[in-house]
Amino acid sequence: MKSSVITFPGSNCDRDMDVALKKFGFKNKMVWHQDVELPKSDLVVLPGGFSYGDYLRCGSMASKSKIMQSVINFANSGGMVMGICNGFQILVEAGLVPGVLLRNKYLEFICKNVFVKINNKDNAYFKNINNNVLELHIAHNEGNYFCTSDQLKEIEDNAQVAINYCDQSGEIKDTFNPNGSVNNIAGIFNKEKNVLGMMPHPERMIDPYLSGEDGSLFLKNLINNLK
Amino acid sequence: MIVNEKVAIDHGLKKDEYKKICELLNRIPNITELGIFSAMWNEHCSYKSSRLHLKKLPTKGKQVIQGPGENAGVIDIGDNDAIVFKIESHNHPSFIEPYQGAATGVGGIMRDVFTMGARPIANLNSIHFGSTQHKKTKNLLRGVVHGIGGYGNCMGVPTIAGQTSFDSSYNGNILVNAMTLGLVKKDKIFYSKAAGLNKPVIYVGSKTGRDGIHGASMASAGFDEKIEEKKPTVQVGDPFTEKLLLEACLELMAGDSIIAIQDMGAAGLTSSSIEMASKGNLGIEINLNKVPCRESKMTPYEIMLSESQERMLIVLENGKEDQAKEIFDKWNLDFAVIGKTTKTKKIELYFDSEKVADIPVNTLVENSPMYDRKWKKAKLPKKNKINKDDINNLKIIEVLKKILSNPNISSKEWIWQQFDHTVMGDTIQKPGGDSGVVRVHGTNKAVAATVDSSAVYCWAHPLTGGQQVVCESFRNLISVGAKPIAITNCLNFGSPENEENMGEFVECVQGIGEASSYLKFPVVSGNVSFYNQTKDQGIKPTPSIGGVGLINDYTKMITMDFKEIDNVVIVIGKTEGHIDQSLFARVILDEKNGPPPEINLFNEKNNGETLLKLIDNNLIKSAHDVSLGGIITAVSKMCIKGNKGINLKKPKYLISELEYFFGEDQGRYIVEINKKDQKKVLNILNKNAVHYDELGTINENMLFLNEKTKVTIDELKGFNTKWLKEYMSN
Repeated sequence: MKSSVITFPGSNCDRDMDVALKKFGFKNKMVWHQDVELPKSDLVVLPGGFSYGDYLRCGSMASKSKIMQSVINFANSGGMVMGICNGFQILVEAGLVPGVLLRNKYLEFICKNVFVKINNKDNAYFKNINNNVLELHIAHNEGNYFCTSDQLKEIEDNAQVAINYCDQSGEIKDTFNPNGSVNNIAGIFNKEKNVLGMMPHPERMIDPYLSGEDGSLFLKNLINNLK
Repeated sequence: MIVNEKVAIDHGLKKDEYKKICELLNRIPNITELGIFSAMWNEHCSYKSSRLHLKKLPTKGKQVIQGPGENAGVIDIGDNDAIVFKIESHNHPSFIEPYQGAATGVGGIMRDVFTMGARPIANLNSIHFGSTQHKKTKNLLRGVVHGIGGYGNCMGVPTIAGQTSFDSSYNGNILVNAMTLGLVKKDKIFYSKAAGLNKPVIYVGSKTGRDGIHGASMASAGFDEKIEEKKPTVQVGDPFTEKLLLEACLELMAGDSIIAIQDMGAAGLTSSSIEMASKGNLGIEINLNKVPCRESKMTPYEIMLSESQERMLIVLENGKEDQAKEIFDKWNLDFAVIGKTTKTKKIELYFDSEKVADIPVNTLVENSPMYDRKWKKAKLPKKNKINKDDINNLKIIEVLKKILSNPNISSKEWIWQQFDHTVMGDTIQKPGGDSGVVRVHGTNKAVAATVDSSAVYCWAHPLTGGQQVVCESFRNLISVGAKPIAITNCLNFGSPENEENMGEFVECVQGIGEASSYLKFPVVSGNVSFYNQTKDQGIKPTPSIGGVGLINDYTKMITMDFKEIDNVVIVIGKTEGHIDQSLFARVILDEKNGPPPEINLFNEKNNGETLLKLIDNNLIKSAHDVSLGGIITAVSKMCIKGNKGINLKKPKYLISELEYFFGEDQGRYIVEINKKDQKKVLNILNKNAVHYDELGTINENMLFLNEKTKVTIDELKGFNTKWLKEYMSN
């Protein structure tokens, strides 16, 4: 399986994602934001970080990078595109997934482990995964997912919510919402479910000596689904 | 502007220093030259009050590749890998403007590390605030934490450990010390020594603006009522540009075009160009019209003294300019050839085709003033006699609850959750433990780092306090299973012109030197911050020590959380029940006098090395050093972290329960061992003449004391974790 990780100026989880993808068998290529063509890929990842310093709005300038036209075309033709953290913000700004990401409710950067409940397994990202709840890691300042109530209805009708913040047992309650996101939304698909944007970082949970191993579970499952 | 004595004094120079400048130049300097002298001769850049004493520190060792004198220290960790590290203060600017002050402190120290060719792999910080009741404390704390996070998070470097304290002596002068570790291949280290004639001098990074002018001079004086006017001397940070600068520099460094490189930190273009010339015994000629400026009509004086951030100066091989420029263009950074090296051994500046400065380099460096300041020796205070009636009525669990929720013990999760501590995917021990630990990417090795200070001990007796901080750093590394290698020090003190403050400095440095020499734990880098005072009131002497150690096989790393029910808990090291200067004495007895706990360097070394041996033989399940709050505080934290309880018993010593459990004797560790290993462990301890007491066994969720008193771990956890969150949300 071939993957591509896009490096924008200010990306800082690009290497981590490269390490993680390779660990689970992807042949990964790093792609510079000023390139025009995407290499042939089964998966494109927009990594976390602070593209363009988060200036103007998180992800807004990166969404206008040269490479993004190819990424958008790739996504529109059904290609798998995953945006993590800042990558999620870029997807939102590029209009590939609905909604916006606001500043965290308590106006503070949060770095910690969280539990998320998988809301929809009928897609190439979560199909065949045994767990209903994953323990993942978040590290962000602007992860407060927001959309209008009309949008929310549409998102829910189309089963576009991918994961919600919850507790260990999978209960979704406001107490377990780290950033104020609407309905505890931690990740969301496009209508076709080939584009996934999420705040948690699976690439930081890929061995028992780090914060945990549920990232391995997710990425292993992902490569098997793509085979 | 005409230069005279008054102008010189306004620049922070002393009368006789101005006289010396005129003599050295054999004329009156112009205003640009005076600015340059004031920037190079201030305390912050010249170390004029401290140099004499710093010379006495042990700086050499088998694993030391580079000691003090470069941008940072470098140690060998085997397999052609080296760690570059340093700690630096940003105290004055952080008090004036907490967000930018702290942010640029973090940015500055990371630049020091990547200037040497190393990719930063971990950040740490030591931050000290005034009383929690003081009206400024909350905002300063919030601003500093946001600033550290704002810069470090954006750079994508994990913040893996730190220290926070509160003490009224910091009411008017907070401390912000930032430390960075970087990883480099031993044969790819870059230095700041220029070499060769007519080599191009290159400016890269951000444009030069009017921010931070006289920042270093501001940091070389105390505060008074006019402090608000000093805001323009604080630099403004842009971590995004620094991230680009990091990547661009490392890309250029992969080749062989750089002769020397130096970041523009304190005193900006002035100190960077002069340092490179001085180390290379050369001259440098700069055309200031070529310096990329952010604002129009900047004068030579402003260009030379600006402390705009995210800038570097490089001496390049001839003919490599285009290749280098291509890299900086790719990263959207300024790149300008601004001058060349010369044989004149002078710093010569041109602006609008006119020569605006002409100063021999040695007058600025070798001939800079050095003072043997007067200092007062501190006496060891007399021991307090504790009134038995005072303590007999105290209920130990109630005391424990008070201690666990004390601001200086309380969990600092509210702080470190705002720092990205997991980016780079190698953090295997997060903040909140004895040391932070990161793996050396792609190897079995891991590097442990800790930052410590004990201002109260240093204040009570500077010599002992200086020794103690080094020992505590040593212990924190050993507690995670790391072999201590070297330290960096950030020496925060009041005015060197005050005999008592100067005495504190001299004796703390002596103590640091004695301990680091005995423990073979040399000082490889550091910085001095004097004038942490408002009017006549200086801070408590606060040397911060950053220690670095190596774990050869990271699967052997130790954490402090209790692991398994029925395991045996022992304390390594002797307990005499030293209460003076302990948290118990200050918080519970309201007693501030007396000597700090004694340091026995033999025991420190022997206890530590023996514990490392036990860890290496896989005999230790968890470990934690005993420091502030004594044995019971250390044990409680291990319970809280591991969600386990303990049946705790005091051995039959003559001292009281309170003295045994809250005393702060040094050289001690709490360790957890499996019952089946107990005999083996005790044998090894006995064989090495290490004292130990058995404390009890681990249970499910209760702390029992001598079988009579009990408290649930959940309750203790509540006391330990709530305080800071509640304080910051009120």
